[in-house]
Amino acid sequence: MTDLKRLTMVEASNLLSRGEITSVQLCKECLDRISSVDGKMKAFLSLNEEEVLSQAKESDARRASGKALGPFDGVPVTIKDNIAVKGQKCSCASRILENFVSPYDATVIAKLRNAGMVLMGRANMDEFAMGSSCENSAFQKTANPWDITRVPGGSSGGSAASVAAGETVIALGSDTGGSIRQPASFCGIVGLKPTYGRVSRYGLVAFASSLDQIGPMSKDVRDSAAMLDLICGEDERDSTSLPAPVPEGGFLAALERSGEDLKGMKIGVPKEYFQVEGVADGVKKVTEEAMEKLKALGAEFVEITLPHTKYAMACYYIIAPAEASANLARFDGIRYGYRNESSGDLVRTYFDSRGEGFGPEVTRRIMLGTYVLSSGYYDAYYVRAQKVRTLIRRDFVEAFGKCDLIFTPVTPAPAFHFGEKSDPMQMYLSDVFTTALNLAGNCGISVPAGIDRESNMPSGIQLIAPDLAEEKLFHAAYAFEKARGAFPVPAL
Amino acid sequence: MSEIGKINVAHIAELARLNLREETKEKLEEEMRAIVGYVEMLSELDVSGIEPTAHAVPRTNVLREDVIKESFPREEMLANAPATVDQELVKVPQVLAEEGMA
Repeated sequence: MTDLKRLTMVEASNLLSRGEITSVQLCKECLDRISSVDGKMKAFLSLNEEEVLSQAKESDARRASGKALGPFDGVPVTIKDNIAVKGQKCSCASRILENFVSPYDATVIAKLRNAGMVLMGRANMDEFAMGSSCENSAFQKTANPWDITRVPGGSSGGSAASVAAGETVIALGSDTGGSIRQPASFCGIVGLKPTYGRVSRYGLVAFASSLDQIGPMSKDVRDSAAMLDLICGEDERDSTSLPAPVPEGGFLAALERSGEDLKGMKIGVPKEYFQVEGVADGVKKVTEEAMEKLKALGAEFVEITLPHTKYAMACYYIIAPAEASANLARFDGIRYGYRNESSGDLVRTYFDSRGEGFGPEVTRRIMLGTYVLSSGYYDAYYVRAQKVRTLIRRDFVEAFGKCDLIFTPVTPAPAFHFGEKSDPMQMYLSDVFTTALNLAGNCGISVPAGIDRESNMPSGIQLIAPDLAEEKLFHAAYAFEKARGAFPVPAL
Repeated sequence: MSEIGKINVAHIAELARLNLREETKEKLEEEMRAIVGYVEMLSELDVSGIEPTAHAVPRTNVLREDVIKESFPREEMLANAPATVDQELVKVPQVLAEEGMA
């Protein structure tokens, strides 16, 4: 008997279309798994079992009458708590939105509904997607399914943990500085940050609008491509979404017909990324072994330079908080969200509602953002950071003149323990390999590569492609995945 | 850039409309100084003549037809409001003080 909880989206689709399983069976298996492990893992912020099963029943009825909405009709998908689903809570793991119910669907959700997918629960995250461990959630700390004394990463930690533990088939996350790729690496799954503009942000609660992208968090590379097919595309409701071509038949079809080997592919290794201090030996070893596998597949490695790498984190920690402070100005206790009812006048209501509604990390970022945008500092910090952002993007454009893809670790170390990074600066630096991409806008994927022998925790590699070259990413990641072989699953 | 010795947390909180608990202010200033100290490294770079990037993949003048469409139902949008007047309006706290009304 197939272990339903380990099914990928593509495998589930095959079994559903052959009538070997039903959506109700598949969803019940996931719900059972959630009730047996989520008490200790806490990946879900909310979940309505009845709603899940009624969606599944509708899907089975459609399929039985030959009216399935596509190959993935009836497959469950879990949604990060910052993506709007009509009629469901969307708290962003924040007190200020604790009781907020979305009045509309995000564009990606409308697309998943049109594909017949079953929306299964809301995944925990760092408050407003600010953090790298899920410890900044106002409601609960999600544990890593590989070792429940460790964090799942963040900010999309609930999404990553639920997929890795087999509570769901696939999940959506969002990535502003590594929030999909880092938790994917920590939990041993695949995480894709699409090119900025590839996926509509309509209905994604804004953190840093010029950096945010929604992306798939999946058990394998094929699912990542299949999900990107479903959610990508220009959207009149997001004027930053791009009218970008997709491969003929879609990314999954392109992946299936891509070659088994990587002959003729040039992969750049940025020398600066290997000069970063504090990279764990286990991560180095996993990275080196992955390079050998890619070489054996025929890829040629070339040294490249991304000279402004060391400035990326500094640039990010000006731009992201600046945008966040502007975006989060809307939470004022007036039209929606938490309001302190005893403040008296309007201005005190703003101060009290915001002061009580936001957690410490969100407060810190709003303060930083307000500081760098304030009179007398705007040019010195914000405008300068935007200019450095130009240099960082140029680095990538120049590097891609010499190679097709870029290869790096995802994080300097595997998943850390709860409370281990109590200093904000230390937490920020765990994203050192991922943030440059959000500043530059191009796409990247995190693929599980091996187990770090010291910690016994999974560790991933990151592949980076130019703007809109997701097809190339999938090709290399898929070939690598096959050469690597089946990845172990956590024994939770 | 400027001297990072002084970050006026009370002033920034005022600008950000954030009521900070007194006991958190000192630690927050310390953390902000550490972060601002770190980002100071950008001042090493010569950025003269470099254009700022606001969006990595820029699009300009995205236009569409101005078509009248149904909007969201008022009661659904007001369902999230902390307080309403007859389910028709958002109820807000007093804006002007009594003496200002004269």
